[in-house]
Amino acid sequence: MIMAVALLLIVLGSVLFHVFNPWWTTPLASNWQPMDDTLTITLVITGIFFVVINLFVAYMLVRFRHREGHRAAHEPENRKLERWLIGGTTVGIMALLAPGLVVYANYVREPRDALVLEVLGQQWQWRFRFPGPDGKLGATDARFVSATNPFGIDPGDPAGQDDLLIPGDEVHLPLGKPVLVLMRSNDVLHDFFVPPFRARMNMVPGQVSRFWFTSTVAGRYEALCAQLCGVGHPNMRGYVVVEDPASYQAWYAALPSFAKSQAKAPEAPAAPGGPAGGGARVEQGRALADAKGCVACHTVDGSPRVGPTWKGLHGKTETMADGSTALVDEAYLRSFIRDPQARHVKGFPPVMPKIEMTDEELAALVAYIQSLGSPPAQAAAEQKAAR
Amino acid sequence: MNSSSPTGQAMSHADDAGHPAPQSFLTRYVWSQDHKVIAVQYACTAIAVGVVGVVLSNLMRLQLGFPGQFDFINAERYYQFVTMHGMIMVIYLLTALFLGGFGNYLIPLMVGARDMVFPYLNMLSFWVYLLSVVVLMASFFVPGGPTGAGWTLYPPQSILPGTPGHAGGIVLMLVSLLIFIVATTMGGLNYVTTVLQARCEGMTLLRMPLTVWGIFVATILALLGFPALFVSGVMLLLDRTLGTSFFMPALVSMGQVTGYKGGSPLLFQHLFWFFGHPEVYIVALPAFGIVSDLISVHARKCIFGYRMMVWAIVAIGALSVVVWAHHMFVSGMNPYFGFFFATTTLIIAVPTAIKVYNWILTLWRGDIHLTVPMLFALAFLCTFLIGGLTGLFLGNVSVDIPLSGTYFVVAHFHMVMGVAPLLVVFGGIYHWFPKVTGRMLDDRLGRLHFWITFLGTYAVFFPMHYLGVLGMPRRYYNFDGYKFIPPSAFSLNEVITVIAMIIALAQLLFIVNLAWSAWRGRPADANPWRAASLEWQTPTTPPGYGNWGPRLPVVYRWAYAYGEPGAAEDFIAQNAPPQAGAGEPEPEGQSEVRGAPA
Amino acid sequence: MAAVAAWSDRGRPRDARASAASIGLWVFMGVATALFSLFIVAYVMRMSGDDSMTIALPWQLWLSSALLVAGSVALQGAGGASRGSDAMRTRRLLLAGGLCAAGFLSVQLWAWQALLSAQVMPAGNPAGSFFYLLTAMHGLHLAGGLVGWAWTAHAAWPDPARAAWRIALCARYWHFMLAVWLVLFALLGWVTPEVARFVCGTS
Repeated sequence: MIMAVALLLIVLGSVLFHVFNPWWTTPLASNWQPMDDTLTITLVITGIFFVVINLFVAYMLVRFRHREGHRAAHEPENRKLERWLIGGTTVGIMALLAPGLVVYANYVREPRDALVLEVLGQQWQWRFRFPGPDGKLGATDARFVSATNPFGIDPGDPAGQDDLLIPGDEVHLPLGKPVLVLMRSNDVLHDFFVPPFRARMNMVPGQVSRFWFTSTVAGRYEALCAQLCGVGHPNMRGYVVVEDPASYQAWYAALPSFAKSQAKAPEAPAAPGGPAGGGARVEQGRALADAKGCVACHTVDGSPRVGPTWKGLHGKTETMADGSTALVDEAYLRSFIRDPQARHVKGFPPVMPKIEMTDEELAALVAYIQSLGSPPAQAAAEQKAAR
Repeated sequence: MNSSSPTGQAMSHADDAGHPAPQSFLTRYVWSQDHKVIAVQYACTAIAVGVVGVVLSNLMRLQLGFPGQFDFINAERYYQFVTMHGMIMVIYLLTALFLGGFGNYLIPLMVGARDMVFPYLNMLSFWVYLLSVVVLMASFFVPGGPTGAGWTLYPPQSILPGTPGHAGGIVLMLVSLLIFIVATTMGGLNYVTTVLQARCEGMTLLRMPLTVWGIFVATILALLGFPALFVSGVMLLLDRTLGTSFFMPALVSMGQVTGYKGGSPLLFQHLFWFFGHPEVYIVALPAFGIVSDLISVHARKCIFGYRMMVWAIVAIGALSVVVWAHHMFVSGMNPYFGFFFATTTLIIAVPTAIKVYNWILTLWRGDIHLTVPMLFALAFLCTFLIGGLTGLFLGNVSVDIPLSGTYFVVAHFHMVMGVAPLLVVFGGIYHWFPKVTGRMLDDRLGRLHFWITFLGTYAVFFPMHYLGVLGMPRRYYNFDGYKFIPPSAFSLNEVITVIAMIIALAQLLFIVNLAWSAWRGRPADANPWRAASLEWQTPTTPPGYGNWGPRLPVVYRWAYAYGEPGAAEDFIAQNAPPQAGAGEPEPEGQSEVRGAPA
Repeated sequence: MAAVAAWSDRGRPRDARASAASIGLWVFMGVATALFSLFIVAYVMRMSGDDSMTIALPWQLWLSSALLVAGSVALQGAGGASRGSDAMRTRRLLLAGGLCAAGFLSVQLWAWQALLSAQVMPAGNPAGSFFYLLTAMHGLHLAGGLVGWAWTAHAAWPDPARAAWRIALCARYWHFMLAVWLVLFALLGWVTPEVARFVCGTS
């Protein structure tokens, strides 16, 4: 008896929960309304089955509960009923599958005139690239990936010279135009997922995957990584800004090309006031930053990535996640590199790996970082002067 | 004790237990070749490792419900908890418990054999399983800790820096899995061969209870499916230890170009899921079989459509090997595969639905006793229903695209693999405990355990579907700063965490009940549920060495002779003499007493 | 072990145990077939990639194949002889079968050594990786078979006629191992990247 009541309450509770809960699909911002429609059809059909079957069981628990002197009926089978049930279920299944496959057929058929956007995933940041005026993305390979060429574009491929590289983690798109998203990864599996767009796909290192959509609502949307890619997975964020074509054009026009990025002087020189005779050591440190992989997460041009930028880092007062502050001096840098998990800097995920290096290498690396910032004495003097 | 020359009648197959009677404590309870002891060993080990799995899930929930409040749960540890929880529950608990626990205990008793056909191999399979558990637990103690790659262990990330345990943890995990597969193969040979070879006289395949059918087909799936995990596991292990490039393409890891090239991460996924999907049916099919028997016994009514149920089990097993890439709809595989796998996945819903209808039609016009096993069986119906229905969302490829990798998937697989089969595990234990120990489990504790577990797990996983529809991704350590996630979602996570911890505590009730009742429970008679199937008809309870005494049983009818019109009692045991009643829906047209099993 | 064997033989009819063991062996062969089939699928898929090159197979493989054929022939003969009355002949052929298999494993290791000295390493080239992997897997299964063979030889030595069914099962497993080896040999030798690409449709 209680079980029948429990089932009734479960059905009632579930239906009420469905009606009154605040969580459903994020507002759609793309052309994939049919996905939402198929979801609704599936919900209705499965919802009916759920309610009817549970209510029926509840009814039977009351009607056929054990009573003295009563015996169960003897009904080993009923071929006709079984055939009807199989038939009905098959019809229901087909009613679900058909719209789903129709939508999917649309999904795999990319529009011809779509704007091509490449999304490059890397632990733990997004990068974006457009093919530029020639309409073709330059060839890439893992062996070309470096601090100055994070996309791994083949410098020998002419199609890559005019590719437009988006700095930072925010890409803009024009409202209403179909976009073909080509996806690559430098290292592991990732998945570029913007919930309001509905469409998405994994990116797999070693191949190019794709999906397409057409934006329908302007706005700034959060992109998240939806395939576990290591400890920085929840922090791998990007932004997609959908705007009117005029604003988009303005943003697009300012994008640097690959050719330009290669022509720039790649590294900042050692700042004055650095340790005497440190030129060679700083050079060694710069080479180590490349070799040890620091540049995957730390830039030298001022833009924060997975980790803080090294430009201006030395001499700065850094705030920790727990609110305390610390002066970034030589001792701080040494101890942080040796034991990255000891401190958690505010605003950055605590994902820095412990990288093996000798004391000499550590000194060189610290010297390089110092050369990009300002020494504490000078910083203090600047602060005093500012007051 | 063990007669070497039967008196007069034709010799049945497998007329001895195949191993000597135990003489000492060690051979009786430790190095035992008796399937009943081995089953209890499997079950105790699986439950112990399951407790670890529950603790890990609670640690995960602490972080999800109260993010940042527990310093020792950092991102690395969180992913290690996630991974170990998943692997332990799916493989080391559910698979081991259904096949090694229930399978070992019930198959010989239900088919009328004295023991499994290869008792020594059976004993070895347990110790090899235990070894795999030890190796798995050892990964907690190596530098770097256990792997945090997710139970799916996808390369390239699982063996690269950036994922916890990429050095030692993943190696131990893979080695443990390989050892487990050896154990499962040893056990599986036993279960399959015993069913095919050691049935007693009169026990045709179509007179076996559905529990045996479920475990039998599941074992065949395991024997054919685990090799895929073996292949992918060995190749991943070589990629990690020898630097081969089976699955590793050219890539740049943490700023360093690696020496890998040419491998395919998708190859791993295909191999893994070729195992992984049958794996969920390896867990589900025994549950289907057991729940059929629970409903039938406790509603005093023959299972509706027995033959159709058998065909459904076989069809589900066969179809389960052609649906695997529904786990890969957004993997970047050839998009045209999506059409095929969505179709096969939705086709597999049909035999599954038939089973649900037949369970319900068994209840129709039944004589329903709401015993604790029956409560668990009914709860299975409710939770498997919703779990299976949400599978229709995910199997339909275009609906899956926005739902993949979100909490919708987490809610679905927990309902259909975690909650529903686990409720059957509990129901089965409450049901067969009197046979195993000769005592009843405490009824009141059982009901309390039931209500907390059933209503609690429903309350935990039902709302979770909605978080997934919202787009909340799974395997996230925290959701700081995502504006599309409303604060109410965080409040829901808090509530879910609290409920989850209550459910975890409630399982102590079950463990206490098990321990106390095994020692001091109310003594049960030989057949307290008045069931018809053969395992309840042993001459002693608990069954002794050789199970059946000097003579093997002879079976004259199927296992579901309940509510026979005109019969004195509302059930007729399988081995009751033929005069007691036929009880089968379709006589084969031959004499009911058979000379040899079919 | 002898005591257990004696006890188990008492009471249980030999053919019940024989047919159970036979079914068990068929099932195990099914499992191993699934395993090697999946390895073969993985091989074809991987070899269709851009970076695969064939390697020249060392000549030792022909020798090891011959040894394996000899082993099968010997065990088949042992099975036949055990049903007759020539115990000495059965024992000799049984021994020969096992020695041939052990010889096969040794020559396989010799082939590995030859490849390693030709600078074909497990890592670096998928053909090399698969060569070592597939021969290792097959070798492990054959080694397991040798364990079964040792048990059989021990049980059959005093009275081969009584253990005829055991010898027959050994022979069956040897034939299976030979068949698997021939398929793997053909795969490694003749399924080149071109063939693999043709199969995968990527040529």
